[in-house]
This record gives sequence, structure tokens and C-alpha cells, in this order.
Amino acid sequence: MNVATEPVLAVQGLTTGFDTARGRLVAVNDLSFSLARGETLAIVGESGCGKSVAALSIMRLLETPPALILGGTIRFAGRDLAQADEATMSGLRGAKLSMIFQEPMTALNPSMKVGLQIAEPLMRHRGLTREAALARAVEMLDLVRIPEAARRAEDYPHRMSGGMRQRVMIAMALACEPDLLIADEPTTALDVTIQAQVLEILRALQARMGAAVILITHDLGVVAEVADRVVVMYAGHKVEEADVASLFARPRHPYTHGLMRSVPRVNAPGRASGGRVRLPEIAGIVPALDQRPPGCPFVPRCPLASARCAEMPPLAEHSPGHWAACWHSDAVGQAAGAGHA
Amino acid sequence: MATPVLEVRDLAKHFNLAREGLSAGRRTVRAVDGVSFAIAAGETLGLVGESGCGKSTVGRMIMRLIDPSAGTVTLDGTDVTKLSRARMRAFRPRLQMIFQDPYASLNPRMTAAAIVGEPLLVHGVARGAELRERVAALFARVGLRPDQMALYPNQFSGGQRQRLSIARALALGPRLIVADEPVSALDVSIQAQVVNLLADLQDEHGLAYLFIAHDLAVVRTISHRVAVMYLGRIVELAPTEDLFNAPRHPYTQALLSAVPVPDPSRRGAKRVLPQGELPSPIAPPPGCHFHPRCPHAVERCRSEVPALRTLADGRAAACHLLD
Repeated sequence: MNVATEPVLAVQGLTTGFDTARGRLVAVNDLSFSLARGETLAIVGESGCGKSVAALSIMRLLETPPALILGGTIRFAGRDLAQADEATMSGLRGAKLSMIFQEPMTALNPSMKVGLQIAEPLMRHRGLTREAALARAVEMLDLVRIPEAARRAEDYPHRMSGGMRQRVMIAMALACEPDLLIADEPTTALDVTIQAQVLEILRALQARMGAAVILITHDLGVVAEVADRVVVMYAGHKVEEADVASLFARPRHPYTHGLMRSVPRVNAPGRASGGRVRLPEIAGIVPALDQRPPGCPFVPRCPLASARCAEMPPLAEHSPGHWAACWHSDAVGQAAGAGHA
Repeated sequence: MATPVLEVRDLAKHFNLAREGLSAGRRTVRAVDGVSFAIAAGETLGLVGESGCGKSTVGRMIMRLIDPSAGTVTLDGTDVTKLSRARMRAFRPRLQMIFQDPYASLNPRMTAAAIVGEPLLVHGVARGAELRERVAALFARVGLRPDQMALYPNQFSGGQRQRLSIARALALGPRLIVADEPVSALDVSIQAQVVNLLADLQDEHGLAYLFIAHDLAVVRTISHRVAVMYLGRIVELAPTEDLFNAPRHPYTQALLSAVPVPDPSRRGAKRVLPQGELPSPIAPPPGCHFHPRCPHAVERCRSEVPALRTLADGRAAACHLLD
């Protein structure tokens, strides 16, 4: 593999668990994926699917104990982050590896001016002087389209709206031009017009800096707008992976298919159009961590489940780059192709 | 429309803020400013808008959880804003509310059966064996199992908790349900279950719904008509399909254009996003509140408040440019 095609991040067999009173619970199970420079990978799934635990495992931000990485490798910047010590990680975080969260106030210091907060990683990791770092912070605020950036740099976070704070966090995360940005539900708490602005800013900055982005979201609309490739997780497992067009055109896992069918669409007529337009449901709920069935975890909710599903299906490649873990994935493809589309 | 179940006329809520400094005058937030609409039996009116637009305040005034500063809320011909506490109590069974967070609205120390049965008991509708029977029937209707009656709210998933609050709201046979973001805390697959349940119950009982939500796709799915609010005022009110297929108000257009569509082939479609931030409701812009973000604003929009007018096609919009 030459340098140009070497992935920025290669996760192989990542397994993360928690030690609890009920024993060891596995939240992320044998997860593998990789990410090229400039690429946006969306990790999709509902509450409890393991997407945030996977992200926090890569960042090594899970508290140990109770959390621990039980297996697998996380290759990044010539190292295995699964084995890295805290000193190594703090040298990487905010420099080559950044993360933004749903709620910016969890990442912002309420008692520090936002300009200085953006400048801090530049002083620490890049060795910039305070003056140079502050000047760069104003540039970053300008890049995330905060009006009157120089004046705003002097503000404290509570003086700003939710959308502006989110942009400050993006400015802070990207100040050192990281190779990888992990964005965990970055626009979920925002109003829809502000969400559109923030996604546009993220996209523009990514194009400019060439960072790889992992976007963690439950919103298939956001996925369709920004992702190049998608990993679908269910109950700790990767159940499907494909490029975004292929996934939406023909999902190969019944969970992905169910998710796509059940999401209400702003561009599809509702019941006011006459008749009873019903949203197709996925029966049941995501099983709790300690109640996961052996074999395929989707069995209790799956319309295609059969005796064979008691054995965990391996990920199989259906078309180049389109993988799914389902014994019946051809039937899913058929149903999707003939169905709503 | 036949006699509406609910008619809201010129509803307003003004909050007074503390003075800032000695010289400053008292400032007033017009959280809701002259809102009017009606809902018929069996009909869902979707009420949409972004943070601070006043949609939840409208719902709370209808429920009389807060008192309006002006305007009337007429339920089955009676203005409930004028009712005494005692007379309001007699009206309570007719209007019920469902909240976003069923966790916060269900008493954690009561069993599920007690939560659902409480309104029946309090209003003296049923007790003893009859109460248990009616609670069991409500459980069955919202898709909960009989063995779940003895459980506490924390033993239910988010979707099941919302089913529980729906069962409780149904107990007294209401005419109107105000649902404030009832599915926004739920995962997509669970959201569909609850939306379908609400639609079925409406068809069965002829319930009127005020469905307050920020998620436009959910609103399109369940509503017959939709009202769009911006900073305290309704800017457009139209039958659902008209509104979504051809929005008239520039704010509605911008709002719809901002919604991400789960279809990658539409990526890069042209958007008309509103410029800038949502202004603070404390100091909304003069004239049309939307004018600083509106791509079409003219001089008149900066000074004169546009009234919500019925257009030639029977829809209503508040925009000078649509005259």
C-alpha cells in the first residue's frame, strides 16, 4: 500500500465493553472500518447501537474502568490507539485528532473567552505565541462565518446562541488542521435552518483542509446530504457498509431497510393527501445490552428471520464496497428494489 | 368547517422582563402575538417553527397551564380563559396534553396502572373492578401488555413511556389532545409506531389534535393543516399538501428548503437558506419579524407588520409581497 492510498484511520476488530454489576457487557462488537483522507464516513444507528462508544473508543475518552477495549486495533498516525498511553493521546487530541459533540457547552469552558479557547490548542500543539494563536483564532471564527469575528473572540460562550457555540466548537476542533474529525450528532440540537448552515460550514472546511470526518448521527437526511460512505450499526455490530448512493438505492440489511422506510419524509405526502398513509414500523425495540440474543441481534424484530439466523451471519460483499451481515440480504435487496425506492 | 372543537382567537402572551439598569424602561417579550386558528373534530393542526417561535407557549395557554395576556380559547363553544378554577376542572377531561419527555411527565413512584387510572379516579369516573377493567382496556389499546401494569415508568423504554402517557391522556375520553413534540425524543423506528398509534386513535375517536413539533417530516405525515410560526406570530396557515408542495411565505420556503432529505441523489439541490441567526424574541426586528433574513425584503417590510391574510387560493399568509 503506498502513502497516497493508505487510510487515515483503520479500525480492525474493535470490541469495547463495560464491567457492570450485571457482568461484562459488550457495547461494540468486532467493528472494522477505514477512512481515507478527505472522506466523510457516517456511522448510523439508533440509541444503544454503539456508535458513540465506538467514537469515544477511538478518542480514548472512555473511563477505564468501567469501560475497556477488549480487542482490536485502531491504526492512526502510525500508531495503534488501542494500545496508546494517555500522554500519547493528549498529544494527538486537538492536534491530529479532534471531536465535536452534540452539546457544545460540554466542550467549551464557560469562564474563558472563546478566542482564547480556540487559541489554546494552537499554543500547546503548534507552539504558536499567544498573539499569533489569538490572531489565528479570529481567522478560524471568520472561517466558520461568525460575523465580527474579532469582537466575538472576546465573548464568553454564554453570550452566544446554540448555533454560534457549535461553530466555535468546530473552529476549536479544526484550528490545528487535524487529520481526523469525529462529529457526534453535531447538529441534532440545532434548529433546522441553523443545522443547514453548520453542515455547509463543516463541508467547506473539510474540503479546504482535507480532513477525514466520521459523522455519527441518527438522521438519515443528514447522512444523505454529507456522507461519502455509511456504516450502519445495530446492537453493537456493524450490519451494513456501503457508499451512500448504493446504500440508499438498495439497502441489503433488513434493519437498514426498515430504518429507511420508517423515517418520515418532508417530500412525501402524508395522510392529508387522502387515505391512510402509514409509516412502516420496525416492530419491537433495540434489545438492552444484557438481553442481546445469540446470533444475529436483529432477529426479534426482523421480518425475514429464519432458523439460520441463530448463527451470526458474516459480513458479505454484494457489490464492490457494499457489505451486509445478513443471511437473507438478497431478499432485502429485492424488497427494496421493488418497494418504495 | 363544521363547529370547531377548538377555536383560538387573537391569543397573546407577553412576559415582562426585569429592568436592566435604572434608566431602562420595562421590557416586554411578546412570546405569542395575536395567534388565531381553529381545529375540527378528527383533524390535526400541525404547529411548527424554530426555537423561541412561541409554539409551545400556545399549547400551554390552550391547556391553561399559563394564562394568556389577551385573546380567547374556545372549547366546544365555551371560552375557557374566563373559567374559574372550579369550572375549569369540569372542562379538564375534554382537553389533554402529551409532552416530549414522558419521563418528566410521569410520576416515577406510581405504577403504570395507577398513572393511567389516576384521571379516572380523580374525576370519579370509575373505581375498583371497573377501574381495573378500563385501565386494562387502555393498556391493550395503546399496545402495552397487561403484565406491564404493575411496572414503574423507569422499567419502560422511551416509546413505551410515550404509549403510557397516551393511555393516560385517553382515559377520560378527551375532545382535544395537545401534543408537544410527542415523538422528538424517540428513535426513528419507535417514532413511526407512536405516530401511527396517534393517527389510529384519532380516526377511532374523532379526536382533534394540536401537534406541536419542529420536525417538518413528522408534521407532514400526521397533519391535515399546518400553521408555521416565527417569533410569536403565525406567518402561514394552509392545508398540509399545499403548504409542503408550494409554500408561499418566504420563511416557510426557507424552512422547508433547510430540511435534509434522505435521498443522496438530491444532494446539491439548490437551497434558499435564511441568512443569519434567529433574532432574540426579546428584541424582534420591527415590521415583519423575518425581514432581516428574508431574501425578498423591501422597505415596507422593515416598518409595517404584515397581517395574516387569506390569499386567493384559500390559504393564509402574512407577507406584504403576497398582496
